[in-house]
Amino acid sequence: MTPPLVQTRGLSLGYDDHAVVDHVDLTIEAGEVIALLGPNGSGKSTLVRGLFGLVPRLGGSIELCGVEQSQFTEHTRIGYVPQRHSLAQAVRSTVAEIVAAGRLPHRPWWRPASADDRQRVAAAIDLVGLGDRAHAEVSTLSGGQQRRTLIARALAGDPDLLVMDEPTAGVDHANQLVLADVIARLAANGTAMLVVTHELDVLAGVVTRIVCLDGGHIDFDGDPEAYAAHLAEADHPHIHGGHHHDHDHAAGGH
Amino acid sequence: MLALDFMRQALLAAVLVGIAAPLIGIFLVQRQMSLIGDGIGHVALAGVAAGFLTSTEPLLTALIAAVLAAVAVELIRLRGRTGGDLALAVMFYGGIALGVVLVSLSPSGTPANLTAYLFGSLLTTSSNDLYVFAALTAVVSLVTFVLRPRFFAVAQDEEYSRASGLPVAAYNIALSVLTAMTVVVSMRIIGLLLISALMILPNATGQLLGRSFAATSRWAVAIGVFSAIVGVTASFYGGTPSGATIVLVAIAAFLLASAISMVSVRRARAAHAKAERHLHEHGPDCGHAAIAHGDHVDYLHDGHRHAAHDDHWDEHADGAHR
Repeated sequence: MTPPLVQTRGLSLGYDDHAVVDHVDLTIEAGEVIALLGPNGSGKSTLVRGLFGLVPRLGGSIELCGVEQSQFTEHTRIGYVPQRHSLAQAVRSTVAEIVAAGRLPHRPWWRPASADDRQRVAAAIDLVGLGDRAHAEVSTLSGGQQRRTLIARALAGDPDLLVMDEPTAGVDHANQLVLADVIARLAANGTAMLVVTHELDVLAGVVTRIVCLDGGHIDFDGDPEAYAAHLAEADHPHIHGGHHHDHDHAAGGH
Repeated sequence: MLALDFMRQALLAAVLVGIAAPLIGIFLVQRQMSLIGDGIGHVALAGVAAGFLTSTEPLLTALIAAVLAAVAVELIRLRGRTGGDLALAVMFYGGIALGVVLVSLSPSGTPANLTAYLFGSLLTTSSNDLYVFAALTAVVSLVTFVLRPRFFAVAQDEEYSRASGLPVAAYNIALSVLTAMTVVVSMRIIGLLLISALMILPNATGQLLGRSFAATSRWAVAIGVFSAIVGVTASFYGGTPSGATIVLVAIAAFLLASAISMVSVRRARAAHAKAERHLHEHGPDCGHAAIAHGDHVDYLHDGHRHAAHDDHWDEHADGAHR
């Protein structure tokens, strides 16, 4: 049996003994599309960044494709789409130039990009619907188009799992729909996804599982139907002895 | 001029610096560390002076000092503490002050000697030295060229690069060391105080002319080479110092490019019609018919054509093309 794409056990992440993520057990199997919900400050970004070793680990284990994170070398199997507000920099660059970075882990440092690399970069750009903007300068693109550029960069590496940190935040509705469409297309191709989001409704129908973080703990993990039931329950705390949840609901905010 | 063997070598050395400096400088601009080459140059002066004092080849001692400074810069940045900026200031000013004091103590050190390193002096450079400089510059250019995609990725998004397993710190140190080498091998031609200008200015010009990172870099190298050739020629006939002349040519190129780009931006703005504001995002499968139009795609929207322009949509009439 193939090992899960991600498996954390008792994972704690944070800085200087202050745990932002506390004893989290999370397993991601091939083909799953997981929405990671939770209020601001609940540790969502810390958790996904921690999976890549970008946040100091205070305890617990992370296995990526069955390999301990610090020993993991098949970096291209797990694509990262960080949260970025703007891709503009001191020097101009194009969509294709940024997406090309997604191919770098596939080849040794001295080898230039091959025709295959270029073809995969073009395919990734097409997949996110930016085919006609491949050579546009990124600073001229809208926020949503810049997010799709980052998704294409991760896709160019041909990952089994895509980890996205708030791809829909701060993007207008038209662009959110395009993003949702891209995510649905990836899901149909069998790419597993872990999507940090506040806008669950945009992804409804694609998401197979919902995980809620609150205060660094997982306090819900189940399918969308169970989540709806869980919300209904949480909305009537008096029935359940004052057990109170403070989720970021599908509506996106409080 | 070219009949003189010496001037041929000088021109060759200057052209190689004209290639190497902008090639590496673009990453400094990208990382918003444009002045770092200048600081490393200050420290290299201490190395030159140490060479005078100990009767060692100043090129070697300067190279050691500059490379050590370059590694220190990256280590200070890596620790990311507040006060890193001040640590750099202490190191850079310490370098130049120490250099001046050491030169005054050494028997062979004279103010004229110092000036030759600070501002460059082709005439006092032996042809043997020029060959060494040229060879080192070629090596720097080659390594930078090969590592270009990785330097770009690391400077563009350090966190993503780390997540995808690139040895980010190693690339940053490599870039810093290549910067130090460029500074030192150019010191006799451009000068320690002016070399940073040749790393940065052609890229500032390239920015105005190129629409991508690759195009910016190509323009920058072209302008670097152009400045080197025109600068060395002018300094030969005018009897002016080579480094400063090359830098002035680079500045003239920048001013000219600024003027040209200002005029062309104004023209483009005058000749273009924005589509009605709309909430729809056109794309390959948005449902609107896509029509190839010159170098881009128009989308047929309620009987008129919309074309992507920056973050909005333009009206493109049939046949008309902005």
